[in-house]
This record gives sequence, C-alpha cells and structure tokens, in this order.
Amino acid sequence: MYNYVICSLALGLLGLSWFKDRQKTKRSLQKAYKSLLNILPELLGIILIIGLILAVLDPPTISRFIGAESGPLGVLITAIIGAITLIPAFIAFPMAALLLEGGAGIMQIAAFISTLMMVGVATAPLEIRYFGKKATLLRNSLAFILSLGIAYLVSVVVGQ
Amino acid sequence: MFKRFGIIIVALALLGLGAIWDLQIAANAVELASSSLLQLLLILPPIFILMGLLDVWVPRETMAKFLGSESNLLGAAIAFFLGSAAAGPLYVAFPIAAMLVKKGASLTNVFIFIGAWSTTKIPLLMFEYSAMGPRFTLARLLINIPVIIFIAFSMHLFLGKEEKQSLQDRAEKMMEIE
Repeated sequence: MYNYVICSLALGLLGLSWFKDRQKTKRSLQKAYKSLLNILPELLGIILIIGLILAVLDPPTISRFIGAESGPLGVLITAIIGAITLIPAFIAFPMAALLLEGGAGIMQIAAFISTLMMVGVATAPLEIRYFGKKATLLRNSLAFILSLGIAYLVSVVVGQ
Repeated sequence: MFKRFGIIIVALALLGLGAIWDLQIAANAVELASSSLLQLLLILPPIFILMGLLDVWVPRETMAKFLGSESNLLGAAIAFFLGSAAAGPLYVAFPIAAMLVKKGASLTNVFIFIGAWSTTKIPLLMFEYSAMGPRFTLARLLINIPVIIFIAFSMHLFLGKEEKQSLQDRAEKMMEIE
C-alpha cells in the first residue's frame, strides 16, 4: 500500500515538473538514474549477504538464544543478532510476538527489535560510502549501547 | 573498480562457502535475497526520482531555511516527520540523508531524520502495534524519541569540522552527473 503512495507521489511530481520545465525534468531524471546506478553494486552485494545471514539465523535458531531465563547474556546475544540481521518489519514483529508467546523475555525481545531497527552491520559498507567510517562507527555503536538501555526501560514499563 | 564490486565478490564467495557447507542454506539465501531485491526494485526508482526532483527544484536556501543549522525546533520537527513518513529499509535512508546534507541540512537534523526513519516509521509502528500491543509499542516509542535526539546531538558534537566537510563532499559527489 505504502509503496503505491510513494510511487504515485513520484509520478505526480514528475508530471508536474515535466509540465513546468522539460529541461530540468530531464536533468533530474539523469541524476536519479546516475545515483541509483552508483549504489547498485553495493546494494546487490548487501542484499545477498543479508539473505545468507537470514538463511543461517532463521527464527527457530534465534528463539534458542532468546529465552526469558537467558539473562543479561541473552540480552547481549539477542542485541548482537538484531544488529547483524535485517528483517523487514512485517516479518520481524509477528516473529517477535511468537517468540514472546514461546517464553522469550521482554528485555531480550526489546533489545532484538531495537538493534534490528537502529544498528546495521550488514549495511555498514553502504553507510560508510555516504557518511564515512567515523560517522558510521559512531552512529552504530551509540545505537547499540543505547538499545540495551531501551530494552531495560521497556521491560520495566511493560513489566515481566 | 574493485572497491565498488568488492562487496559482491565477498558475497558470492560467502555464498559459495555456504553452498559447500549446506546446499539448502545457499538456496534459501538466494531465495531470500531475490525476494528482497524484488521489493527494492519497486521502491527504489520512485525514491530516486523524488531525490532527483528535489535536487533540481529545491534551492539550497530553502533547504537551509527549513532544515539548516538555524532551523532549530521547526527543523528538528520537519526532520522527524520526514523520517517517520518514510517507507523502505534503513539503507534507503542513507542516499536521501546525503542528499539533504548536500542541500544544506544540518547534521543534527539529518541524523534525526535517520533515527526517525529507523525507529518511528509509521508503517513500522502499525506492524508493531498489531503484533506487540499498545503497551510495548508506546513504551518503546516514547523511550526511543529522546534516544534519537541524543544520538543526533552526539553525532553533531563528536564529528569534527573536517569530518563534516568530507561528509558534505562525499554527498556532493554521490549525486553528481559527469
């Protein structure tokens, strides 16, 4: 659904732009094409690596690390798994709910979701390409450390 | 040249190793990769078209006014809204963020944008709400917002002048047409 919104927005604005100034529209399309080509090689490599990681770390494997009694070490391990994997939200959240039902701890789940969203080890090469090594390292380490704090606070608020 | 294709070569090598270890794993990996590639092919072209249009039509002064270092609270709110209204995985946000830097957005606002994209995206929150319930979603959201702002300000504080400049040059280069 959301994809269609973005698509129609792009097409609508493109039409408007074409109507107002063809030369500018051509230039913008050239830019779009060039910059898309620019990241394509990295993107393909990263998608393949993410596929591999997901094939190895499938939900049953993850659930073994994520039990409520796995303690602080379990929180750390699930945070690391969240950092290296990249699962789209529509799979990740139902999976997290299932893991919770299966006896996973809130803190572990919150750590997993938090690093899953904020930390990207597999996508770091792409981030470095745009922002450089230092900024990438800084953002990801801050996000990782703070995710542990978020996990703790969420587990306190939600209770368990 | 090698640098650009290095990651594909590494990925293929890993895939080869995976296949030797367990053919099923390699097959699953290829299947997972192709399904996410298909999704990306739907979302990337419109996003890059929007970026191209932004680059051509929006003057630097306008961007600087709304997202620049003088934009203060309004700029932060706009960055937050832009990131939350987004669609697509986080790595799609990087080229867009670079584009915003190029056009004169402040680093703090750009990292607020990235933070919002990663954790407070509206489609993501909808999935979270339906799977995890209101308590978990609300708790995580409210705790995450100050974290996003904290990270954005830390990035601004920790990155020196040269790093900010090289970040800008890099962003400039990525959208150039030779």
